[in-house]
Amino acid sequence: MSVTKAQRDNYQQLVKKHRPARTIVKNTIRAFIVGGLICEIGQVIQTLFIRYGHFKPTEAGNPTVAVLIFLSAVLTACGVYDRFAQWAGAGSAVPVTGFANTITSAAMEHRSEGWIAGVGGNMFKIAGPVIVFGVVSAFFVALIRYIVTHL
Amino acid sequence: MTRIGRQTWDFSRGTGVYVGGVGTVAGQLESAGPLGTNFDFHLENDRVDGDTWEHSEQSMFGKAAQIALENARVASEELDVLVGADLNAQLTGFYLGLRAHPVPALGVYSACASICEGLAIASLIIHSQHGERAMVGTSSHTSTAERQFRYPTEYGAQKPPTAQRTVTGSGVAVLTNQPSAIQITHATIGKVLDYGIKSPWEMGAAMAPAAADTIAAHLADTGRKLTDYDCVATGDLGHIGHKLVKELLHEKGLTDTGHLTDCGMLIYDSSQPEVFSGGSGGACCSLVTFGHLLKEMLAGRYQRILVSATGALLSTVSTQQKDSIPGVSHAIVFERKDGM
Repeated sequence: MSVTKAQRDNYQQLVKKHRPARTIVKNTIRAFIVGGLICEIGQVIQTLFIRYGHFKPTEAGNPTVAVLIFLSAVLTACGVYDRFAQWAGAGSAVPVTGFANTITSAAMEHRSEGWIAGVGGNMFKIAGPVIVFGVVSAFFVALIRYIVTHL
Repeated sequence: MTRIGRQTWDFSRGTGVYVGGVGTVAGQLESAGPLGTNFDFHLENDRVDGDTWEHSEQSMFGKAAQIALENARVASEELDVLVGADLNAQLTGFYLGLRAHPVPALGVYSACASICEGLAIASLIIHSQHGERAMVGTSSHTSTAERQFRYPTEYGAQKPPTAQRTVTGSGVAVLTNQPSAIQITHATIGKVLDYGIKSPWEMGAAMAPAAADTIAAHLADTGRKLTDYDCVATGDLGHIGHKLVKELLHEKGLTDTGHLTDCGMLIYDSSQPEVFSGGSGGACCSLVTFGHLLKEMLAGRYQRILVSATGALLSTVSTQQKDSIPGVSHAIVFERKDGM
C-alpha cells in the first residue's frame, strides 16, 4: 500500500507544525546592518583612494572593489567568511564580497581535482549563473535604454 | 533463517550472530561532543595529514576497521566478507578505504540507513553459515558530503534551523558466530516511503515516516511492545525529526515512547556551533551505536535495544529535478547475553 494523498497532506501539516519559524525580522535587520556596513567600508576605502591615491571619483570604484574582493578572498581562505555568513545571511551574500566568496570557495574546494579541470572547471560553479543572468539582463536594459534614447 | 511477519528476519535460533568487536573514529566536532570520550580514536584535524577530504574519509574508515579487528582479535585474513557503505558517489569511502584488506567485499547503499542494511546482510551471511566472520561499517565526512550534496565548504550560505550537520567519523563492527556479550537477534528491512518532502534541508522530516513505519512493522512482526526495549534509537532524524517520529508512533497507537531517542540528537550538544537540528550522515548511527549504545549494554544499563537507521533517498540530480525525497529505515535488535 503506497502513501495516499490524504496521508501526505496530513503529514505536511504535521511537519509545518514542528518546523521552527524562520526569524525573518531578525535576519532582515542583520542583513540590513551587515550589508550596509560592508558598503560603508567600501565607501571609506573609495574615499581613501580619492584623497591619498589621487584617483578621480569616477575611477576610484575599480580599486575599491578589488580591495573588497581581496579581503573577502582572504577571509574565505582563513575559514572565517562562511561562519560570518551563517550569522549575517543576505547581508554578506549580496555585496561584492559574497560574490568573491562563491568563486574563492569553489576554487579551494576543487583544487584537489587539479588546476585545469578542478579549479578552472569549477571556479564559477556558483558564480556562473550570476554572471550569465547579469550579462543577459544588462543586455536587455541596454537595449531598452538605446530604444528610449533614440526614439 | 526464519522470516517472521512480512519484514523481519529472525537470527535468534540456529547459528547465532554476535558482535566480536567495534572500532570508532570521530572527527573534531564529534570528539568535542557529549559522547566524545566514548570513541576509540579522535581526529586532531578533520583534514587527515593535510590530504583531501575524500582521502581523509577513506583513512578514517581504514583506521576504524583496524581498531575493530584489534578489539575483536581477528586478523583481516580471517574475515569472510566485508559489507560497508558511505555517502560518496560509487562508495569510494568504503571500497578505496578498505582496499588493503584481501577479503570479498560488498558495498551497499541506503543512504544513512546503510549501517543497518550492512548489519542485516552480514548477519544473514553468518546465520546462514555462508561465513563465520564479517566486518560491517560506514563512514561519512562533513566536507565530502557538503561538496557532493550541497556547496563548497567555505561557501557562505545561510542554513535554516532544520538543517543537520553531517557527522565526520567512521564506525565499524566485526560480527562473528562465536558467542560474545552482544547478540544480533533480528533485522527488520524497511520500505521506501515518500511523504512528499522536497526540501533537502528537511531530512529529518523526509525520514521520520520511514522510521515510524519500520519500528511499527518490527513490533507487529515480533509481537513485542516499545517497552520491551530499553532503548529504541533512530539513526539521524535530529531534534525536529525526533518530534515527528514520536507523533507518528503515537498516531499508530504506540504511545510508550519514553525510551525513544535519536543518534543525531545524542552526538552533538545543541550549544556546539552549526549543528542545527542535530547530526546526520552515514557515520552518525554507526558511531553512536558502536561507540555509545553497545557500551551502555556492556555496562549493563541496557539489556535489549532496537536501532533503526534512517536514510533520505536523494541525489543532487533528483533534487535539482524537483523530485521529492523518500525515506527508508532498517532496524536491528541487539541483545545482551549474560555470562559472556
